[in-house]
Amino acid sequence: MRLITSYFIGLIFGIGISISGMANPAKVLNFFDIAGTWDPSLIFVMGGAVAVAFIGYRIVFLRKTPVFDAGFQLPTNTRLDVRLIAGSAVFGIGWGISGFCPGGALPALGTGRIEVLIFVAALIAGILAARGLIAFGGARLLSGKT
Amino acid sequence: MGATGILAGLLSTSPFHDSGWRLAILLGMISGPLAVLAISGQMPLIQVPVSTPMLVVGGFIVGIGVTYSSGCTSGHGVCGVARLSRRSIVATAVFMIATGLTVYAVRHLWGA
Repeated sequence: MRLITSYFIGLIFGIGISISGMANPAKVLNFFDIAGTWDPSLIFVMGGAVAVAFIGYRIVFLRKTPVFDAGFQLPTNTRLDVRLIAGSAVFGIGWGISGFCPGGALPALGTGRIEVLIFVAALIAGILAARGLIAFGGARLLSGKT
Repeated sequence: MGATGILAGLLSTSPFHDSGWRLAILLGMISGPLAVLAISGQMPLIQVPVSTPMLVVGGFIVGIGVTYSSGCTSGHGVCGVARLSRRSIVATAVFMIATGLTVYAVRHLWGA
Protein backbone atom coordinates (compact mmCIF):
# COMPACT_ATOMS: atom_id res chain seq x y z
CA MET A 1 0.00 0.00 0.00
CA ARG A 2 2.85 2.31 0.90
CA LEU A 3 4.56 1.55 -2.42
CA ILE A 4 1.39 2.17 -4.44
CA THR A 5 0.83 5.48 -2.65
CA SER A 6 4.46 6.46 -3.28
CA TYR A 7 4.10 5.63 -6.96
CA PHE A 8 1.06 7.88 -7.30
CA ILE A 9 2.75 10.70 -5.38
CA GLY A 10 5.62 10.50 -7.88
CA LEU A 11 3.17 10.29 -10.78
CA ILE A 12 1.29 13.43 -9.70
CA PHE A 13 4.62 15.26 -9.27
CA GLY A 14 5.79 14.03 -12.68
CA ILE A 15 2.59 15.13 -14.42
CA GLY A 16 2.76 18.54 -12.73
CA ILE A 17 6.40 19.03 -13.74
CA SER A 18 5.62 17.92 -17.31
CA ILE A 19 2.59 20.18 -17.80
CA SER A 20 4.15 23.23 -16.11
CA GLY A 21 7.29 23.30 -18.25
CA MET A 22 9.68 22.88 -15.30
CA ALA A 23 11.23 19.93 -17.19
CA ASN A 24 11.94 22.12 -20.24
CA PRO A 25 15.40 23.76 -19.99
CA ALA A 26 14.58 26.39 -22.63
CA LYS A 27 11.60 27.60 -20.58
CA VAL A 28 13.51 27.46 -17.28
CA LEU A 29 16.46 29.43 -18.71
CA ASN A 30 14.08 32.03 -20.16
CA PHE A 31 12.50 32.40 -16.72
CA PHE A 32 15.90 33.45 -15.36
CA ASP A 33 16.85 35.58 -18.37
CA ILE A 34 15.28 38.80 -17.10
CA ALA A 35 17.65 40.90 -19.22
CA GLY A 36 16.83 38.93 -22.38
CA THR A 37 13.98 36.63 -23.47
CA TRP A 38 12.23 36.76 -20.09
CA ASP A 39 9.31 34.38 -19.57
CA PRO A 40 8.00 34.99 -16.03
CA SER A 41 5.30 32.29 -16.19
CA LEU A 42 7.19 29.76 -14.05
CA ILE A 43 6.82 32.02 -11.01
CA PHE A 44 3.22 30.80 -10.91
CA VAL A 45 4.41 27.19 -10.89
CA MET A 46 6.68 27.70 -7.91
CA GLY A 47 4.27 30.09 -6.20
CA GLY A 48 1.37 27.71 -6.78
CA ALA A 49 3.36 24.73 -5.54
CA VAL A 50 4.41 26.55 -2.36
CA ALA A 51 0.84 27.76 -1.71
CA VAL A 52 -0.63 24.28 -2.14
CA ALA A 53 2.14 22.66 -0.06
CA PHE A 54 1.73 25.31 2.67
CA ILE A 55 -1.97 24.53 3.04
CA GLY A 56 -1.28 20.79 2.67
CA TYR A 57 1.29 20.80 5.48
CA ARG A 58 -1.16 22.65 7.78
CA ILE A 59 -3.76 19.93 7.16
CA VAL A 60 -1.26 17.05 7.46
CA PHE A 61 0.21 18.36 10.72
CA LEU A 62 -3.26 18.42 12.29
CA ARG A 63 -2.70 14.66 12.62
CA LYS A 64 -0.60 13.31 15.48
CA THR A 65 1.09 10.72 13.24
CA PRO A 66 1.27 10.03 9.49
CA VAL A 67 -0.90 7.30 7.97
CA PHE A 68 1.95 4.93 7.03
CA ASP A 69 4.54 5.64 9.71
CA ALA A 70 4.92 5.97 13.48
CA GLY A 71 6.05 9.58 13.32
CA PHE A 72 6.75 12.51 11.01
CA GLN A 73 10.34 12.70 9.77
CA LEU A 74 11.28 16.35 9.39
CA PRO A 75 14.65 18.10 9.18
CA THR A 76 15.80 19.25 12.61
CA ASN A 77 18.88 21.26 11.56
CA THR A 78 18.19 25.00 11.77
CA ARG A 79 21.75 26.30 11.29
CA LEU A 80 22.52 28.64 8.42
CA ASP A 81 26.01 27.30 7.72
CA VAL A 82 28.53 27.77 4.94
CA ARG A 83 27.70 24.33 3.57
CA LEU A 84 24.06 25.27 2.97
CA ILE A 85 24.79 28.64 1.42
CA ALA A 86 27.81 27.59 -0.68
CA GLY A 87 26.00 24.42 -1.80
CA SER A 88 22.95 26.44 -2.87
CA ALA A 89 25.14 28.90 -4.79
CA VAL A 90 26.93 26.03 -6.56
CA PHE A 91 23.60 24.39 -7.38
CA GLY A 92 22.40 27.68 -8.88
CA ILE A 93 25.47 27.90 -11.12
CA GLY A 94 24.84 24.37 -12.41
CA TRP A 95 21.14 25.07 -12.91
CA GLY A 96 21.97 28.25 -14.82
CA ILE A 97 24.40 26.39 -17.08
CA SER A 98 22.19 23.37 -17.84
CA GLY A 99 18.60 24.54 -17.35
CA PHE A 100 17.80 21.28 -15.58
CA CYS A 101 17.22 20.87 -11.85
CA PRO A 102 16.84 17.42 -10.23
CA GLY A 103 13.06 17.76 -9.80
CA GLY A 104 12.68 18.67 -13.46
CA ALA A 105 15.13 16.14 -14.88
CA LEU A 106 13.97 13.00 -13.04
CA PRO A 107 10.40 13.11 -14.45
CA ALA A 108 11.85 14.16 -17.83
CA LEU A 109 13.62 10.78 -17.99
CA GLY A 110 10.21 9.43 -19.02
CA THR A 111 10.45 11.26 -22.34
CA GLY A 112 13.41 9.04 -23.24
CA ARG A 113 15.42 12.03 -24.44
CA ILE A 114 19.17 11.42 -24.51
CA GLU A 115 19.94 14.95 -23.18
CA VAL A 116 18.00 14.16 -20.00
CA LEU A 117 19.90 10.90 -19.56
CA ILE A 118 23.22 12.71 -19.99
CA PHE A 119 22.25 15.34 -17.41
CA VAL A 120 21.04 12.76 -14.86
CA ALA A 121 24.21 10.67 -15.28
CA ALA A 122 26.33 13.79 -14.65
CA LEU A 123 24.07 14.71 -11.71
CA ILE A 124 24.62 11.29 -10.11
CA ALA A 125 28.38 11.58 -10.70
CA GLY A 126 28.32 14.99 -8.98
CA ILE A 127 26.39 13.65 -5.98
CA LEU A 128 28.85 10.76 -5.57
CA ALA A 129 31.87 13.06 -6.02
CA ALA A 130 30.55 15.47 -3.37
CA ARG A 131 29.97 12.54 -1.00
CA GLY A 132 33.56 11.44 -1.55
CA LEU A 133 34.79 14.98 -0.81
CA ILE A 134 32.67 15.18 2.35
CA ALA A 135 33.86 11.75 3.54
CA PHE A 136 37.49 12.69 2.80
CA GLY A 137 37.14 15.98 4.68
CA GLY A 138 35.47 14.21 7.60
CA ALA A 139 38.23 11.58 7.77
CA ARG A 140 40.88 14.31 7.76
CA LEU A 141 39.11 16.10 10.59
CA LEU A 142 38.91 12.87 12.62
CA SER A 143 42.60 12.14 12.14
CA GLY A 144 43.40 15.62 13.50
CA LYS A 145 45.05 16.85 10.29
CA THR A 146 43.08 19.93 9.33
CA MET B 1 11.95 15.88 0.96
CA GLY B 2 12.41 16.69 -2.69
CA ALA B 3 13.88 15.12 -5.79
CA THR B 4 17.45 15.38 -4.46
CA GLY B 5 16.66 13.53 -1.23
CA ILE B 6 14.77 10.80 -3.07
CA LEU B 7 17.56 10.26 -5.61
CA ALA B 8 20.41 10.61 -3.09
CA GLY B 9 18.82 7.98 -0.81
CA LEU B 10 18.75 5.53 -3.72
CA LEU B 11 22.48 6.08 -4.28
CA SER B 12 23.34 5.06 -0.73
CA THR B 13 25.86 2.28 -0.36
CA SER B 14 24.31 0.87 2.78
CA PRO B 15 21.37 -1.45 2.02
CA PHE B 16 18.63 1.00 2.92
CA HIS B 17 15.40 -0.63 3.98
CA ASP B 18 13.43 2.37 2.75
CA SER B 19 14.67 2.28 -0.84
CA GLY B 20 11.36 0.69 -1.92
CA TRP B 21 9.25 3.83 -1.65
CA ARG B 22 12.02 5.94 -3.18
CA LEU B 23 12.08 3.67 -6.22
CA ALA B 24 8.26 3.76 -6.37
CA ILE B 25 8.23 7.58 -6.33
CA LEU B 26 10.96 7.71 -8.97
CA LEU B 27 9.02 5.31 -11.22
CA GLY B 28 5.93 7.46 -10.67
CA MET B 29 7.84 10.60 -11.65
CA ILE B 30 9.16 8.94 -14.82
CA SER B 31 5.62 7.83 -15.67
CA GLY B 32 4.52 11.49 -15.52
CA PRO B 33 5.45 12.44 -19.10
CA LEU B 34 3.98 9.15 -20.35
CA ALA B 35 0.69 9.89 -18.57
CA VAL B 36 0.67 13.32 -20.21
CA LEU B 37 1.30 11.62 -23.56
CA ALA B 38 -1.57 9.19 -22.94
CA ILE B 39 -4.00 11.98 -21.96
CA SER B 40 -3.06 14.72 -24.43
CA GLY B 41 -1.50 12.70 -27.24
CA GLN B 42 1.69 14.77 -26.97
CA MET B 43 4.94 14.22 -25.12
CA PRO B 44 5.83 17.21 -22.88
CA LEU B 45 8.04 19.68 -24.72
CA ILE B 46 11.76 19.42 -23.88
CA GLN B 47 13.97 21.95 -25.67
CA VAL B 48 17.64 21.88 -24.74
CA PRO B 49 19.45 25.03 -25.89
CA VAL B 50 22.62 23.74 -24.20
CA SER B 51 25.54 21.81 -25.71
CA THR B 52 26.29 18.28 -24.48
CA PRO B 53 29.57 19.25 -22.73
CA MET B 54 27.72 22.04 -20.90
CA LEU B 55 24.98 19.57 -19.88
CA VAL B 56 27.63 17.31 -18.37
CA VAL B 57 29.38 20.20 -16.61
CA GLY B 58 26.06 21.65 -15.40
CA GLY B 59 24.78 18.29 -14.19
CA PHE B 60 27.97 17.57 -12.28
CA ILE B 61 27.91 21.01 -10.63
CA VAL B 62 24.23 20.59 -9.71
CA GLY B 63 25.06 17.22 -8.11
CA ILE B 64 27.82 18.75 -5.98
CA GLY B 65 25.71 21.76 -4.99
CA VAL B 66 22.57 19.87 -3.96
CA THR B 67 24.62 17.39 -1.92
CA TYR B 68 26.25 20.18 0.11
CA SER B 69 23.03 22.19 0.44
CA SER B 70 20.90 19.07 1.16
CA GLY B 71 18.18 20.02 -1.29
CA CYS B 72 17.09 21.57 -4.56
CA THR B 73 14.11 23.39 -6.02
CA SER B 74 11.60 20.80 -4.82
CA GLY B 75 13.16 20.07 -1.41
CA HIS B 76 14.14 23.58 -0.30
CA GLY B 77 12.14 25.65 -2.79
CA VAL B 78 8.76 23.99 -2.36
CA CYS B 79 8.71 21.69 0.69
CA GLY B 80 11.06 23.74 2.87
CA VAL B 81 9.65 27.16 2.03
CA ALA B 82 6.11 25.82 2.55
CA ARG B 83 7.14 24.66 6.04
CA LEU B 84 8.63 28.15 6.57
CA SER B 85 12.04 26.59 7.24
CA ARG B 86 14.65 29.32 7.70
CA ARG B 87 17.36 27.19 6.08
CA SER B 88 15.20 26.51 3.02
CA ILE B 89 14.17 30.14 2.58
CA VAL B 90 17.83 31.19 2.62
CA ALA B 91 18.87 28.30 0.33
CA THR B 92 16.10 29.15 -2.16
CA ALA B 93 17.02 32.84 -2.24
CA VAL B 94 20.70 31.95 -2.78
CA PHE B 95 20.16 29.45 -5.60
CA MET B 96 17.60 31.61 -7.41
CA ILE B 97 20.04 34.55 -7.42
CA ALA B 98 22.99 32.31 -8.39
CA THR B 99 20.99 30.80 -11.27
CA GLY B 100 19.90 34.23 -12.49
CA LEU B 101 23.47 35.57 -12.39
CA THR B 102 24.78 32.47 -14.19
CA VAL B 103 22.18 32.77 -16.96
CA TYR B 104 23.07 36.46 -17.31
CA ALA B 105 26.78 35.64 -17.50
CA VAL B 106 26.32 32.82 -20.02
CA ARG B 107 23.85 34.64 -22.27
CA HIS B 108 24.89 38.28 -22.08
CA LEU B 109 28.55 38.41 -21.02
CA TRP B 110 29.84 35.43 -23.00
CA GLY B 111 27.35 36.26 -25.70
CA ALA B 112 26.55 32.59 -26.23
